[in-house]
Amino acid sequence: MRAVLLVLLLAAALAGCTDRRDDVAVSAAPRPTGDRAYGDTLIRALAANISGLIPNIVGDKYSHDAVALVYNGLITHDKDTNIVPDLAESWDLAADCRELTFRLRKNARWHDGRAFTADDVVFTYQLMSHPKTPSPYKDDFEDVTSVEALDPYTVRVRYKSSYANALMIWGQSMLPKHLLESYMLAGKLKEAPQNFTTPVGTGPYKFHEIRAGEKIVLVANPDYYAGRPYISRIVYRIIPSQATIFLELKAKGIDQADLTALQYQRQTDYPAFKSAYNKFRYADKVYNYLGLNHTDRRFADKRVRQAFAHAINKRDLIEGVRFGMAREATGPYKHGTWVYNPNVRTYPYDPARARKLLAEAGWTTKNAEGLLVKDGQPFTFELLISQGSDEGKKIAEIIQSQLRDVGVGVELRVLEWAALLKEHIKKHRFAAAAMAWSTGLDPDQYSIWHSSQTGPDEFNFVSYKNPEVDGLLERGRRTCRQSERKRVYDRLQEIFAEEQPLVFLYFRDTMPAVAARVQGIVPGPIGIDYNMYEWYVPKQLQLYMSE
Amino acid sequence: MKHFWQAFAKNRLAVAGGAVVLVLVLLALLAPVLAPADPHRPDVHNMLGAPSAKHPLGTDQLGRDVLSRMLYGSRVSLAVGFVSVGIAAAIGIVLGAVAGYRGGLVDATIMRLVDLMLVFPRFFLLLAVLAFLRPSIWTIMAVIGLTGWMGVTRLVRGEFLALKEREFVLWSQAVGAAGFRVVWRHILPNAMAPVLVAMTLGVPAAILTESGLSFLGLGVQPPFATWGNILNEGKDAIEIAWWLSFYPGLAILITVLSYNLLGEGIRDALDPRLRQSRRLAASRG
Amino acid sequence: MLWYALRRLVLALPLLVGITFISFAVIHLAPGEPVDVTGGTMNTKSSAQARQLLREMYGLDQPIAVQYWNWLGRIARLDFGRSFAPDGRPVLHKIGERLPVTLMLNIVELLIIVALAIPIGMASATRQYSVFDKVTTVFVFVGFATPDFWLALLLMILFGVELGWLPISGLRSLNWEYMSGWRQHWDFVSHLVLPILVATFGGLAGFSRYMRQSMLEVIRQDYIQSARAKGLSERVVIGKHALRNAMLPLVTILGLSLPGLIGGSVIVESIFAIPGMGQLMVQAVFERDYPVIMGNLVVVAVLTLVANLLADVAYGLVDPRIRLGGRGRR
Repeated sequence: MRAVLLVLLLAAALAGCTDRRDDVAVSAAPRPTGDRAYGDTLIRALAANISGLIPNIVGDKYSHDAVALVYNGLITHDKDTNIVPDLAESWDLAADCRELTFRLRKNARWHDGRAFTADDVVFTYQLMSHPKTPSPYKDDFEDVTSVEALDPYTVRVRYKSSYANALMIWGQSMLPKHLLESYMLAGKLKEAPQNFTTPVGTGPYKFHEIRAGEKIVLVANPDYYAGRPYISRIVYRIIPSQATIFLELKAKGIDQADLTALQYQRQTDYPAFKSAYNKFRYADKVYNYLGLNHTDRRFADKRVRQAFAHAINKRDLIEGVRFGMAREATGPYKHGTWVYNPNVRTYPYDPARARKLLAEAGWTTKNAEGLLVKDGQPFTFELLISQGSDEGKKIAEIIQSQLRDVGVGVELRVLEWAALLKEHIKKHRFAAAAMAWSTGLDPDQYSIWHSSQTGPDEFNFVSYKNPEVDGLLERGRRTCRQSERKRVYDRLQEIFAEEQPLVFLYFRDTMPAVAARVQGIVPGPIGIDYNMYEWYVPKQLQLYMSE
Repeated sequence: MKHFWQAFAKNRLAVAGGAVVLVLVLLALLAPVLAPADPHRPDVHNMLGAPSAKHPLGTDQLGRDVLSRMLYGSRVSLAVGFVSVGIAAAIGIVLGAVAGYRGGLVDATIMRLVDLMLVFPRFFLLLAVLAFLRPSIWTIMAVIGLTGWMGVTRLVRGEFLALKEREFVLWSQAVGAAGFRVVWRHILPNAMAPVLVAMTLGVPAAILTESGLSFLGLGVQPPFATWGNILNEGKDAIEIAWWLSFYPGLAILITVLSYNLLGEGIRDALDPRLRQSRRLAASRG
Repeated sequence: MLWYALRRLVLALPLLVGITFISFAVIHLAPGEPVDVTGGTMNTKSSAQARQLLREMYGLDQPIAVQYWNWLGRIARLDFGRSFAPDGRPVLHKIGERLPVTLMLNIVELLIIVALAIPIGMASATRQYSVFDKVTTVFVFVGFATPDFWLALLLMILFGVELGWLPISGLRSLNWEYMSGWRQHWDFVSHLVLPILVATFGGLAGFSRYMRQSMLEVIRQDYIQSARAKGLSERVVIGKHALRNAMLPLVTILGLSLPGLIGGSVIVESIFAIPGMGQLMVQAVFERDYPVIMGNLVVVAVLTLVANLLADVAYGLVDPRIRLGGRGRR
């Protein structure tokens, strides 16, 4: 009970803690460092089950996390999200982005000992574009017309037209041709043993073991092209309950886990925790929004959407839902990235302004209940939220209370996710929904905003239509000079900020805690995991014997 | 009837149980008068506040007053607890009695229906219901009741199978009592013991099921509180805000305990056995 | 009785087909379709093409009747199909690797519960309204009304974090492979202590209340009174005559619990990070992994039919006057 009491005291003492707002924050106590050394085990918590081990055909984050160290792409990203070489040593990209030549590393090997060659790159492309491959990333490769092996270590890629993402898509994991070709041809990639028990990649860690629903064990790959990684074993333990993950952290049963906002702010600021763990914090690429259906006459009027943006107190929202662990979104791009445009219209909390905008839109009179009325109809609508999303529910409850203050009635309705998608979002049968978008590293969001993307399986489900936006989106993905793209996306963000096609709420933070004995972590806007193969534990601090 | 009240009034525990149930119902009805704060208004500067003079039971994740939410929530929770259990018990008793008493094809049909209902994936049934009905407290009571009668049916049927072979039943049939009368007067009262337990245990189960179903979009939607919802939402903050799961849990416990005492009291006061054995003795004598 | 049981078993087959057909139809027609569960967050990287391809691969574009017929054809050959999840593994493997843990936990729990509930129920019934009766009544209801997760977390904090006596979660320690034989066993058992404790505490109320209530009924019966009058010791009266007759509702409840043996409690499983059936099924349901849902349903259906048959047979053993089947009484 001692710890409980301690936590209670700290929670009370901690109420006012508002300082910084950089893109990355570390809270680490100064501690002795030591020399790089091999050995030790790192135990990480995964909050959900693994659904498959070939990342190219798996969509969920947890499965990707679990095998991120097993595979490599041709390129990868550094801590500032710049594209850097991985399995490709270097490349030449034609000025019009229609031709790309990779020179591959000659010392990369598959975990079964075979050399990684240009044939594998060609194969990975074939796999991604094969009609029977159920990959969520298929669209990325649509513009590729050919991938040829010029020699075992040179690959040439050609594109239909200039393609902004020409290089970026090669971050996709490379897969071994000699193991997977027959499964691909039979359309049975999902059934390959590599997808469940024996994945083979080129990465710094080899896959050692999986126990379904329990854990995944990786071991250091001594033949890794960049040298053997320091930490000998990495264990991913599957623990679905956040509360349990936290207790395991306290008991030192695990070394790394993402904290919840509540845990970060109110449960981890006592000395014992601080000396055992380093806490990190960086902006995630996920943003929450209030989606309003533009086919609803009321929401087609941009003044109503702007009024909502003014009526919702985003600071309160971030405080209430994330204990301050998020940052207001001004548009669909994360602050601190090259594409982010800070000079756009913002919507400070201003209920008077909101009422005025609503009045301009014709919502002038109020009924007995205090709801705005137009053409005899009170302004009420149903806001859908997904079951299982505690965050969505809190957002909706706060929005409901704040919109009521300006005379708009909101009814909340929780729906199970699969049903919400199939029956409401895909059929466009909804007035409003509180959801989140997970964005990619590239700013191309054609599929979310283009007016052609309003089909049942497509993502512009709010039916936003703006010819200028369409034009910019098309240009943005066909232009490959960053400076030119920057101009396109700057303008796009201005329009989005003005029109509020979705009411942008906030980008949430991710807050990992890592055992203090682990060193070599260099946090950046991309997070902390990108250089895990360089992490180490000095010999005297090692906790687990290896082998 | 008079006899019943006398017997009941003598049982102090039962009277206490009844009084508590009554108080709970009153609190629910008077929620708008008693609640110290708006149960729905978030206050993000006062989240997870410990119990204090202003918020006697603390505040929740969004800074709302837990006492007010508990009071308003009791309306839904008590209603769901009692009504849905009542529906399930009524269906279960009727079907179980018919199956057990008639036997044969009727029994087989009803019991296979029970099998079907037991196997049927309830989640999908709920989703299907949801596609046709608007979520409301009535939907939720009906759904919990209509999907929860199978246990009672099997219990009652089991009792009937045994009881209908007992002397006093055979005897009254021999004297020419009509089937319905035999069932109503002689078998049913003796078969009520397990039903009573099922009903008592059904109340907290229904209160908690409600929050699970509301979670799926059936029933009470946010921001409206129920005991089950407050309890569930407290899960993530249990280490620093024990009051969020403690008070709703306590309320549910008090409800079950008093309901149990009340039920036992009623049963003892009605006890058919005493009267029965007296009558049997008289007729034999 | 044997004849009765045989007839029931033969009739069970068409019943099974009926149950699976209705369930199949409702499962497929209920709102939703196979998805990745991400609870409110969508990712642009999930191409429309890929989803259409999956629909075709799974045959979801065909009429329900055709889909059911194909499924039935495969089930008849004991082929339960492959999961829709990205791992695409056979349903039987997925269920098979999780069933042993769940089954073991549930059986141990049920045994403990029955072993405790019968004496508790009997003792409180024979001493109705005594202090013992009142204390156990409150105790079992506290157990019943205490949320699983609450008790679980309290125990984890106490025994796992503060005292450090027991592991907090999971099934095995990470160095399990390197332990000696008996250490492995102890390690495994120590991981199961808390989950079993939590589940037992919660389940005790039901059984003990049924036991107490029906015992109360039985000891007021004439034949018990007369057995007492004959001068039989209280032990024989209660332990032999009364107990047997009081078992009837317990038989029913046990019958109803039997199919539950293969279903895990999601709450207990996710809190203790136990890879059991509960988690598998919840995930399958939310993701609309139809083959896994139907595979589980077939197992549950068979178990339910068998359990209810067993319960009916057991009635006859507990109370020989009970006759089943044949013609109904008029």
